Amino acid sequence: MTSALGAGLEPTLDALRARRSGIMCKHWETVEAGLCIGEVAGVDDVVMRADLAHYACRNNRLAQLGLEQDQFAAAVGAATSRYGRRRIGVFLGTSTSGILSSEIAYRQRDPHSGALPASHDYRHTHNSYSVAAFVREYFGLQGPAFVVSTACSSSAKVFGNAWRMIAGGWIDAALVGGVDSLCLTTLYGFRSLQLVSDQPCRPFDAERNGLSIGEAAAFVLLERGDAAAPGNVLLTGVGESSDAYHMSSPHPEGLGAVEAMRAALRMAGLQPEDIDYINLHGTATPSNDAAENRAVMSVFGAATPCSSTKGHTGHTLGAAGAVEAVISALALGNELAPAGVGSTRLDPQFGVHYLFDNRSQPLRHVLSNSFGFGGSNCSLVFSGAAP
Amino acid sequence: MNGVRLYVDGIGLHAPGMAGWSQGCEVLGGRAAFVAEVPPLAAPQALPPTERRRVGLPVRLSMAIGLEAARQAQVDVATLATVFSSTGGDCDNCHHLLDTLASPDRTVSPTRFHNSVHNAPSGYWGIATGCRLPSTTLCAYDATFCAGLTEAVSQVSQTGEACLLLAYDTAYPEPLYALRPIPHAAGIALVLAPKQSERSLARLEIVPDAGLPGRMEDAALEQLRTRVPAARGLPLLQALARQQPAEVVLEYLDAFHLRIGVMPCI
Repeated sequence: MTSALGAGLEPTLDALRARRSGIMCKHWETVEAGLCIGEVAGVDDVVMRADLAHYACRNNRLAQLGLEQDQFAAAVGAATSRYGRRRIGVFLGTSTSGILSSEIAYRQRDPHSGALPASHDYRHTHNSYSVAAFVREYFGLQGPAFVVSTACSSSAKVFGNAWRMIAGGWIDAALVGGVDSLCLTTLYGFRSLQLVSDQPCRPFDAERNGLSIGEAAAFVLLERGDAAAPGNVLLTGVGESSDAYHMSSPHPEGLGAVEAMRAALRMAGLQPEDIDYINLHGTATPSNDAAENRAVMSVFGAATPCSSTKGHTGHTLGAAGAVEAVISALALGNELAPAGVGSTRLDPQFGVHYLFDNRSQPLRHVLSNSFGFGGSNCSLVFSGAAP
Repeated sequence: MNGVRLYVDGIGLHAPGMAGWSQGCEVLGGRAAFVAEVPPLAAPQALPPTERRRVGLPVRLSMAIGLEAARQAQVDVATLATVFSSTGGDCDNCHHLLDTLASPDRTVSPTRFHNSVHNAPSGYWGIATGCRLPSTTLCAYDATFCAGLTEAVSQVSQTGEACLLLAYDTAYPEPLYALRPIPHAAGIALVLAPKQSERSLARLEIVPDAGLPGRMEDAALEQLRTRVPAARGLPLLQALARQQPAEVVLEYLDAFHLRIGVMPCI
C-alpha cells in the first residue's frame, strides 16, 4: 500500500501510531489556487517496467509503486504457483484512472486539426480498465479481470466481486485493490460542487468544511478462508446497497449506508456489539458526515469506537475502500483503533463515539465504510483469524 | 469449474438496425434484413423532469434497455440488483470536461462533474426506479460485456436472486474518437434468474473456455460486434433469437472466454 503517508505498510502504521497526516497545502501541476492534498511523493519518478512502458501515466506509476511494496509480488508469485495463472482474478477500483494523461493531451492538441499528440495512448492510460490490465500483465495473470468504477466505493466493492468469484469456483484467489491519482477532473470537479476544504480536512469535526483529495494504491491478495492461519486477517462480511436518492448527495438519513452496514453484519453473522472499531467513510463534507453519523447511530448506537482516516491520507476516492481495508487489517493485526487526525471537537449534533486518541486494545472485528456518488454504498467486515 | 446454470427471463436491446428486442430478434434470427440505421432514444420518462434534462446518452440508453428487459421478464425493477458495464461511460460528457480543463477558464459545471462518474447511469437508475439493492459499474475495455456477464452470473449464483445486466457503450467525439473509434451507441440488457419460471426464455450453462470466440456470420453484424464492446454479446442474442439449442463462445480476455450452452425454454 502506498499513500501520502508513505510507501508500504510500515510508514502507514507509523503514521497511524504517531497521528501524522500526509495532507499538505501546496501547489500541484498547473492548478493555480493553493491546494491541500494527500499527494504521494515521487510518483513522477517511478520508472515503468520496460515491457509495460506503454502503460506510463500517473495512475499506473502509482500502481507500480504500490505493487513494489511489502513483498506483495512474492505473495502473488506464491499464489500463482499454488493455483495457476488462470485461477487468479484481478478486480481493481478506480474513479478517474489515468485521465490526467488525456487532460494534458487536450492542452497539446494540434492547433489546425485538433488532433491529440501521437504519443497519447488512450487505451493504456485513460480508459478505466487500464490499471487492471497493467496489474494483470505485471504478474502475468490469465484469469477474469475488470475494473469497478463506482466513484468512492469502487475499491471496497471489489472485495465483493472477488468473494463471489471465489465462492462460485471461477477462481481460487484474487488480487483486489484500488488505485486513484491526482488529476484536474477531480480537483476542479469537487471544487465546482463546493466540497473541497481550504485546509486539511477535519472529518466529523464541528468546524469541518469539506474534503481533501488524496491519491493512493492499495492491493490485497484474497484466498479461500478455510486455509487461514493464525494472524491472517479474514474478510467476513460484504454489504452493498444503493441510496436511490441523489447523484452527489447522500440520503440525509443515511438509509443506504444503514442497509450496507446491516448487510455486511448479516453476512459475517455478527451483531453490532461484536464490532470493536469502525473505519468511517468520513470525508469531512458537512452532509456526508452528518448522514454517516445518523446511519452509524441507528445501527450501532453511541458505544462503538470509530474514526475516519481521511485526515491522514486525504480522500483517495476510488482507492479509498482498499486503503481503508488495509488500515482495518493493520488495526486488527496491531491491536490499534486509530484516532482521526485534523479533527479536534466532535460536531455537537453527532452522537457517535469518535476517537480523538489512539486506543491500544485487542480487536476482534472491524467494519469499514465506503460510500460514493450515485448513492453507491459498501461496508466491509474484517476479522482476526482464530488462534 | 462446473458450468453455472441460470435462466434468461428478459432481453433489452438497442443498436443500429435493432430498436428493441422484438426487432433485434427478427434481425438476429435471420427473419429480417439488418439495416444499420441508428434508432432514436426517447428521454427517460421514469426520471423526474429536473433530472431528465441533465442526463446524457448513457443514461437514456441504459434506462431504455434495462426497462425493456425487466418488462419482458415481468419483474418489478425495484427488486433487481444491477450490474452496469461500459467501456467509456459518458464519452460526450468526458470530452466536454477535458475541453474545459484545457481552456484558460477551467470552471467545470457541477452537473458535468457528477455525470462524469462511471456509475452515473446506475445512480440515475436508482433515482428512477427506487431500487436500493446493490448495483455495480464495471469496465474491461473491449472485454466489458463478458466482465459484466461474469459478475451478473456470480451474483445470481451466490445470492439466489435475479440480477439485471446492462452493457452499453457510446461514441467519443473527436479528437478521442480517433483513438477509440466506437462508431455509435449500442446496449444489451439481460434479466438473469437462478430458477426457471414461465417467463424464462432460455437456460444458459456457462464455463470459462480457452478456445476461439465465435463470430457473427453476417459481415455487417460482425462489424458491429467487433467495433462496439457491448455488442460482443451479440452471438448470445443470436442464439436466443434462433430459439434452437446452441453453443456460443463469447469473447472476454485473451485466453479466457465464456462458453455458453443455450437451451430454449419455450
